This record gives sequence, C-alpha cells and structure tokens, in this order.
Amino acid sequence: MTYEVIGITVLWIFLYGYLIVASVDFGAGFYSYYTKRTNKNHIIHDIIQRYLSPVWEVTNVFLVFFFIGIVGFFPATAFYYGTALLIPGSVAIILLAIRGSYYAFATYGAHESKIYTFLYGATGLLIPASLTTVLTISEGGYISYEDGNVQLLYGELFGSLYSWGVVLLAIVSVLFISASFLTYYASRAKDRNALALLRKYALIWSFPSIGMGVVVFLLLSQRNAEHFQNMVDIWWVFALSLAAFAAATYLIWQKKALGVAFIMVMIQYFLAFFGYGASHLPYLLYPYLTIYDGFTNETMAIALIAAFIGGLAMLIPSLYLLMKLFLFDADYIEGKK
Amino acid sequence: MFFENDPVLLSRILTYVTLGFHVIFATIGVGIPLMIAIAEWIGIKRNDPHYTLLARRWARGFVVTVAVGVVTGTAIGLQLSLLWPNFMQAAGHTIGLPMFMEVFAFFFEAIFLGIYLYTWDRFKSKMKHFLLIIPVAIGATASAFFITTVNAFMNVPQGFEFVNGVLTDVNPLAAMFNPATPTKVSHVILASYLTSAFILGAIAAIHLIRGNKHVYHKKALHLTMVSAAIFAIGTALVGDFSGKYLHEYQPEKLAAAEWHFETESEAPLILGGILTEDNEVKYALEIPYALSILSGGTPDTEVKGLNEFDPEVLPPLWIHYFFDLMVFIGMFLATVSILFVVLSRKKGWNPFNRPLAWMIAAGGPLSMLAIQSGWVFTEVGRQPWILRGLMTTAEGATTSSHVGLMLILFSVLYLVLGVTCAVVLRKMFKGNPVEHELEERGISQPTA
Repeated sequence: MTYEVIGITVLWIFLYGYLIVASVDFGAGFYSYYTKRTNKNHIIHDIIQRYLSPVWEVTNVFLVFFFIGIVGFFPATAFYYGTALLIPGSVAIILLAIRGSYYAFATYGAHESKIYTFLYGATGLLIPASLTTVLTISEGGYISYEDGNVQLLYGELFGSLYSWGVVLLAIVSVLFISASFLTYYASRAKDRNALALLRKYALIWSFPSIGMGVVVFLLLSQRNAEHFQNMVDIWWVFALSLAAFAAATYLIWQKKALGVAFIMVMIQYFLAFFGYGASHLPYLLYPYLTIYDGFTNETMAIALIAAFIGGLAMLIPSLYLLMKLFLFDADYIEGKK
Repeated sequence: MFFENDPVLLSRILTYVTLGFHVIFATIGVGIPLMIAIAEWIGIKRNDPHYTLLARRWARGFVVTVAVGVVTGTAIGLQLSLLWPNFMQAAGHTIGLPMFMEVFAFFFEAIFLGIYLYTWDRFKSKMKHFLLIIPVAIGATASAFFITTVNAFMNVPQGFEFVNGVLTDVNPLAAMFNPATPTKVSHVILASYLTSAFILGAIAAIHLIRGNKHVYHKKALHLTMVSAAIFAIGTALVGDFSGKYLHEYQPEKLAAAEWHFETESEAPLILGGILTEDNEVKYALEIPYALSILSGGTPDTEVKGLNEFDPEVLPPLWIHYFFDLMVFIGMFLATVSILFVVLSRKKGWNPFNRPLAWMIAAGGPLSMLAIQSGWVFTEVGRQPWILRGLMTTAEGATTSSHVGLMLILFSVLYLVLGVTCAVVLRKMFKGNPVEHELEERGISQPTA
C-alpha cells in the first residue's frame, strides 16, 4: 500500500464514522421534531435524549477530522475544493453551528422551546443535503478551472438530476440509519412503545434508502462513465451491501436480534461507501486532481500516519469507555441512572 | 456595501469576525476545565460540599459555552480552507501535523467532557469522578498548544526548504517547534487560565456587590483570585520573554508596537500617545531604558528601529494601541489579584471590600478585552505576511467573489448565537440560584 492509499483510507474511515454517528444524530433530531408535531413525542423523547446528550460533541469531531486531515494529507484539495465550495461549505457550517448550539441551549439550558426543536429537526435533514455537494462535485463537470481560477458552476449543480439524486439518497439514508439504531436502543431500554414506533420508521425508510441507492448508481452512468464502469467492475461489493440490507430489514421486520440488525445496516453502508470510494480512485476531483498529484510530502505523510496511530491508541479506549457507560450500560439506557 | 468587492479584505474581515467570536469561547474553554478541576479537588480534599457545588455549577455553565466554542471552531477550521485556500495548501505541506493533532486533543477532551457531565452521581468514589476532568483539562490545554504552534509557525516559518517554488526537506517537528513556539504557547495558555479565573471571579464579585454575603461566593472569589494571581505572575514573566523573542526574530513587529523609529540603545518604552503626520510621538508616557531592557535585559541593548525596514513590509502602526491595551489590562489584573491575596493573608483586613469587588468584577470583561487586543496585535503585527517572509496575506486568499455575502451571513449567525448563549446562561443560573441548590442538595454547613 502506498502512503497515498493509506492516507485516503484513514480519511475515508473517519468520513464513514461520521456518516454513521451523524446520521443517527440527524435522524434523531428529525424524529424528535416530527413526533412533536404529531403528539407522539412522549413515546420516544426519553430514548433520544438519553442517547444523544453525552455523545453529540463527539459526532462533530469526526467531520473536523476529515476536513483537517484531508488538508494535511492532500494539501491541493484545499486549493480546489476550498475555492469552489465557499458558499455550500459556509451554508453547511452555519447549519452545523445552529444545530450544535441550539441543541446545547435546549438540553443544558433546561428549556424546551418550539423554535429550538424545529431548528434541531430541520437542520438534521439540511446538513446532509448540503454536505453531499462535495461528493457530487467530485464526479467532475461542476467546476470550471481557467487561468488558475476555480469556480463552481451553480447552474450545473442545481440543474443536475444526479446532484438531486444524491441529496435524496443522503436524506433517506439518514432516516433509515437513525431509525434502525434507535430501534435497537429502544429494545435495550425495554421501552416497548418507543420500539414499536421506531421500528415502523425503520421499515418505512428501508426500501426508499436502497431504492435511491440504485437510482443514484444509474444516474452516475450519465454523469461519469469511467467511475460507473469502475463500480460495475467491483459489483460484488455492492451485491454484498444489498445482502446486508436484506438481512437487516428482515431482522427488524421479525423484531429479532436488533443489535445484529443495526450492525448489518452498518455493514451495508460500509460496503457501499467503500465500494464507491475505491472505485472513485485515483481521482479526488475528476478530472483535475488525483491522490498522487495532490499528495503531501513523504515526511509529513509518515508524521501524520504516526500521529494517527498514536491518537487512535488514546481514542479507542476512551471511546470504549464512553460506549460502555452510555450505550451498553443497561441501567443507564433504561433510565435508572 | 461599505467596501468594494475585494476578496482579500473581505476574507480578512470575515476571518477576524469568526476568530474574534471563537476566541472568547476558546479562551475560557482552555481555562475553565482547570478551574473546575481545582474546585472539585478542593471539595474532595477538604470535604467541603461548597467547592463541589462550585465545580458542578461551573461545569453546567461551561458546557453551554463549549457548544458555541465547538461550532465556531468547526467554522474556522473549514473557513481556513474556504477563505485561504492557497495558504492552507502551503500549510498542509508544512504545518499540517499539529493541526491534525489538535483535532485528536479536542476529540479526547470531548469524549471525557461528555462522560464527566453525566456521571456526577454515578460512581461510589468521588475521586473516580474527579479523575474524569483531568483528561478534559489536559485535552483543552493540548488543543491550545497544538493550534498555537501553527500560529507561531506563521510568524517564523521553518522546517522546510523552498527551492525554485518547490517545498523540499520538510521537517514537521522543526516546523512545530519553531523559535516563536515557546513564548507564544505559554503566553496563550497562561493568559487563557488567567482570563478564565477572572471571569469566574467576576461572577462571584458581582454576587457580593449585590449584597449576597453567602460564604459560597466568598470561597469562589478566594479560589479564583489566588489562582489568578499565580497565572498573572506567570503571564507577566512570559510577556518579558516574548519581548526578547520579538527583538530577536521579529524586530519589525516590536518596533511597530513601540513606535520605535531610530535604531538605538537605551531605548525608552512608549505608552499611549499619538503619532503626528511626520511620525513624531506626542503626549506619550516614556519609561527610560525600558524597551532596551524588555528586548535584551540590559539598558545598552540596541533595538532596531522602524526606519531600518522596507516600509512595504511593515505592519500598520496603530497596533501600538492594542499592544498597550493588552499590557495595561494585564498589569491591572495582576495588581487586583495580588492585592486580594495580600489582603486575605493579613489579619484584620477585609479582602471582600466593595472597591476591590468592583475591580474584580471589571476584571472579567477587561481580561477578555485583553485577549482580543492581544490577538489583534499579533495578527495585524504580522502583516503584510500570512507566512512571514514567504507568502503575503493577499497571496493566500481566495479569489471567490462571494465573500461579502458570507461575511453578512456569519455576522448575523454569531450575533444570534452570542445573544442566545447569554440569555440561556442567565436563565440557567437565575432560575436556580446557589441558595436554592444548596438547600435542594441538603448542604447546610461544610463539615470541615
């Protein structure tokens, strides 16, 4: 494995981590808001609060890791994406800022307000939509590059079916991942009412999520034939992803082994996300930038990888402690602590 | 718009707005975990529930400010790439390591802060819960350490060779531990501790001024002022080293801060004053020999004057006022906190007298003003460079024409966040005053 591939793999792992933990968080915010509107909030409110409260900050860090890490490993991305993404990037920051702070204001300020909940719920769907812009433009054709000047072609972005397909895929995935996790969490908490409602949500969003996955895949063939072909070449990865999806949905349907079901969802997205990423290589941005010409120098790469390993050695035990106390501690989940 | 659409100027203003807002929360984010740790430790050692409650209440308020700190920190992290793509490209090659490590440090802090907040009554041993704040405090200070090394690097870029427009021989550790690092890092960290102690002290002082004589507030004031006195002395010492560092490595910045035009020994230190059109200093207070002593330790140290430099690469001279404001407030904070300590050690003297309480109360906002001034001084003082001697600020900036709109959006965002944060904090503590919480928790008088 070259340093370039190690670098992009490290970053992709963080982005995958963000995809999972942030989806749970975003979806929870939306469900919280939605059930408030439909007067069912009392059913799932406690479950959501108990899970989210200790972990919300950690979610954000996964994303920061990715965008600081990518500048470290691939400094040229700062130039291309930085210039092009001023507006979508800023919109995403603003939404994240509103979401994070208003969550804290509502939770720690011990003051529930309709506006807070609305902001929290709405941003949960808008953030994934705005963040996926990055993946969309990486396919090429959305950026012009002339005389050293990078510009985002907004008409192209907003007028493209592919880009809207990705947005929809992101939103339904958030709702599916979140509902399947919270179903598991509710079952751990032995909260039957919450379990029934969240299981219903998980099942509602299961087929749209896989359906949108297929639609986006087909749209990509119009957008970037080379990438599409690369994906077809590793079709078995996506077939396995589909199998994991089928297993997850079956288990949720049968109300069996909900923990395994959520792991299956994680595997489903892991395979799809890494299959997508691997077939995207070597390009970071079609057709301007590959992992090889945008890479940092070798000394920095070694230093970053060493720092990454050292950091993981510190983080994994801490994350384990966090999960042990709040995710796997039955008394805590059941609200006895 | 008031400005013509100049992406460089607008990017500078937007970065200033984001950092100026973020640094409020970042500064207390570095210092308050330490104060919480000290309070909880004393609470356990003296078996005094007042101190434990102090730690609890500080932590409760702190987490709200952490939220704003986290989101604005995310904002600046991404904005650096959006507004300064060329700079970040160069920085990624050279100083990417501490940026990456800063995120690890913050990650570490975030995990333990989450655990700390939700486990107050979960462990049988109080000591176990106390241990959880230690990684939070370490993570917070480590974050400050790593990110300040990046700022130090911008002042003295080193650890690479720049041959024919190509970066070679990169040494990330040499870049991180550049000559500016020791003074800058220790100054930033100690000043954050000092400011946090003063802000918490100001809260207690305001309660006393309002006539609340509860011993809880007196203990809070005592704890914060003793800590502040120590941090203030430390900050002053580091300030002296910073002068010597500037003299050696960034003489133009020192000369601009001090309006020092002619190279000479026995240079005086100039306080305040105004500059006439032909660069004459008027109405200033001059301390003889002081600039030479600050620069080299002896009155006969020769200090380079502004006239020796190419005017093209000099920072604007108004940074003098920001430098003076920072130093003046620093002196004020040191005096007030040391006075408090002296009064509380002498028999028969009352450290809780009204005038002193007023000065401490003023010290809270003033300390934050000093932080702001210090950062304006050091950032503007580095101009026209973003990487001193290598890349100008204009070369580092984006070429996008939409920065003005973003500036408006972000200014509104910070305004709304700042106001809501203040409202929420007020409501939290007004709705649950100390007396009420003491009663609720069954704390009457400490056992020791």
